[in-house]
Amino acid sequence: MSLELDGSAGRGHFADNVVHFVRVLRAAGLPLGTDRALLALRALACAGTESRAVFAAVLRTCLVDRPEHLPLFEQALAAFWQDPDLLGRLLRLRLPQVTPQVRAAVRPASPRLAQALIQGSAPRAAPQAADPADAAVPAGLSWSDRERLRKIDFEAMTIEEWQQARRLVAALDPLLPCTATRRLQPAARGAIAMRRALREMVRHGGELARLPRRRARTRRAPLVLLIDISGSMSRYSRMLLHYAQQLCAGAGAADRRVQVFVFGTRLTAVTRSLASRDPDAALDALVRSVDDWAGGTRIAGCLSEYNRRWLQRTGGASAVVLLATDGLDHADFEALAMQTRRLRLGCRRLLWLNPLLRYDRFEPRARGVQAMRPHVDRLLPMHNVAALESLGRVLGVGSRRQDSPWR
Amino acid sequence: MAAERPATIEAMRALLGAQDYLADTELATCAFLALRLERPLFVEGEPGTGKTELARALARGLGCELIRLQCYEGLDAAAAAYEWNHARQLLAIRAAELSGGRIEDTNLYDERYLIARPLLRALQPHAVPPVLLIDELDRSDEPFEAYLLELLADYQITIPELGTIRAAAPPLVVITSNRTREVHDAVKRRCLYHWVGYPDAARELDIVRRRAPEAAAALAAQIVDFVQSLRALELYKLPGIAETIEWTRALVALDAVALDPETIDATLGLLLKYQEDLLRVRGAEAARLLAEVSQRQPARAAR
Repeated sequence: MSLELDGSAGRGHFADNVVHFVRVLRAAGLPLGTDRALLALRALACAGTESRAVFAAVLRTCLVDRPEHLPLFEQALAAFWQDPDLLGRLLRLRLPQVTPQVRAAVRPASPRLAQALIQGSAPRAAPQAADPADAAVPAGLSWSDRERLRKIDFEAMTIEEWQQARRLVAALDPLLPCTATRRLQPAARGAIAMRRALREMVRHGGELARLPRRRARTRRAPLVLLIDISGSMSRYSRMLLHYAQQLCAGAGAADRRVQVFVFGTRLTAVTRSLASRDPDAALDALVRSVDDWAGGTRIAGCLSEYNRRWLQRTGGASAVVLLATDGLDHADFEALAMQTRRLRLGCRRLLWLNPLLRYDRFEPRARGVQAMRPHVDRLLPMHNVAALESLGRVLGVGSRRQDSPWR
Repeated sequence: MAAERPATIEAMRALLGAQDYLADTELATCAFLALRLERPLFVEGEPGTGKTELARALARGLGCELIRLQCYEGLDAAAAAYEWNHARQLLAIRAAELSGGRIEDTNLYDERYLIARPLLRALQPHAVPPVLLIDELDRSDEPFEAYLLELLADYQITIPELGTIRAAAPPLVVITSNRTREVHDAVKRRCLYHWVGYPDAARELDIVRRRAPEAAAALAAQIVDFVQSLRALELYKLPGIAETIEWTRALVALDAVALDPETIDATLGLLLKYQEDLLRVRGAEAARLLAEVSQRQPARAAR
């Protein structure tokens, strides 16, 4: 062991090694600042380094702050102990290349799809998309053009129509229901704000012209989108992802709480990928992070995973959940019904978007559809712009009176 | 009555052990460092894994007061840190008017009119610095997290009308979270972090024997083995240690000597809190698990 572990923590080789270790972790993706390295050194000086278990525990508590990072940390630590020189080699290897390497490693499973997703906007200048005013009124579209466009099925659109529709969709605003929070804000009517009243009294020598008041602040309900990306859904789910991207990164995103998941054969959380302001970059990142595009579907399994891992972490019982799928799952219908029911119990409203509703005489014959139908609040179409527009209205229905537990 | 502050990690472990809290090296190290480096300790993990209990054990072991702040959505400074006693302030104004004096800023915003809530109370002078437990921080909202930052970094609270109140000796801050949402990095960055998982069988058995000593050894071993095999299933909510202890106590209350299918089915609600989980485990699945357990832990004849 070439490490100097003799109480000289904070100086010389030892400190260098710890700092290098932090740099390796940072290069591997852990968000660690210099302050963390300093903290680790102080902690080591304090706890002593004679025991391997303690040494590991100290570094763990100082350098890891979420359970997902633990496996990576353990691997790095093992390497550090076995062969400190390996660390140096690793460092030389990884630091300069880290960004390009990662990008190269996670190539999309389906480049054709990636291309298709990006294609929609290739001809125009990219930064323009970030401007909501521009997106709101697609230039060169007359009112009748827009009316026509609203009614075309996404599946039947030409590339050009698709581009225009995409901008229409991105400009839609979801009218999410409001709930009263327990925070108060100044208002013309409501309870008396004593602290402010007293301040005013002091300022005016004991006189009070008008009583300041305050009332509960309201907040939009959290929204969760669960989007099926299996082959039969691909065009519709792509359009919905454009909508989702605008919700996550567009104007007013800061006071929305939106979580997006896509699923085919497995469930992937993609909210972070969508957070980029540039829609193309965002969808590009998303495509790279998901590896079951346009494959089969396993709705029950994915819903089960969502229910177990995410249901309570995504706004819980106050969230509105949009489930976009055609419900064509050929597996266990009983499980499908149970998972849908579980999902419904854990949220405030469950809305099912189904592109199959584009057929006028759609009947829920498929057994998957039959299994899920009784447990959702509304079954809605999603096949054209008009359908997505009406979705925005449905979301806001009955917000104050019916849904809020406070009124 | 103040106890000695532990000087080594082993001493910290012994201190917690004396309070029937069995910590592993990692947790003992974290608690020790939190005390020595005067850093808040952020403990995250599934419900029922002993996070709140850690703060209680620390307070008892260190012989100091435990100041607890339960978080909830909309928790604000008035409920968490301090509030002005408006009634007294109004009376003071009336009194000043009657005696013909002038109302001055300074005498109205005085510590006499301040009501200290848990956060402020933890900063006020104590014989032994207290343990401040900020429980289930994930239940509060982002504005409250932001409000906490000043306290966590500098052990101080700023009251606009009065000034900054700083702790003479910083309290030991323990923050817990069930991870129903991600707490902001800015909070975590100021803390030492520890993730509490479920314990392995040997440690869980130790804990059960300490917390429910009335259970026979053979029964406790069976119970722990059964719960451990439950955790291998895909359930919505896995049973925590708190549930194991509760279940043990319930079985003792029912005079059970060993596990049997009927008793398990009747008391399973103490371990599993979701109807789907209950439906899945009750009956055949429970019998299967029990058969495996009895193979590994042959119920020794009760003495």
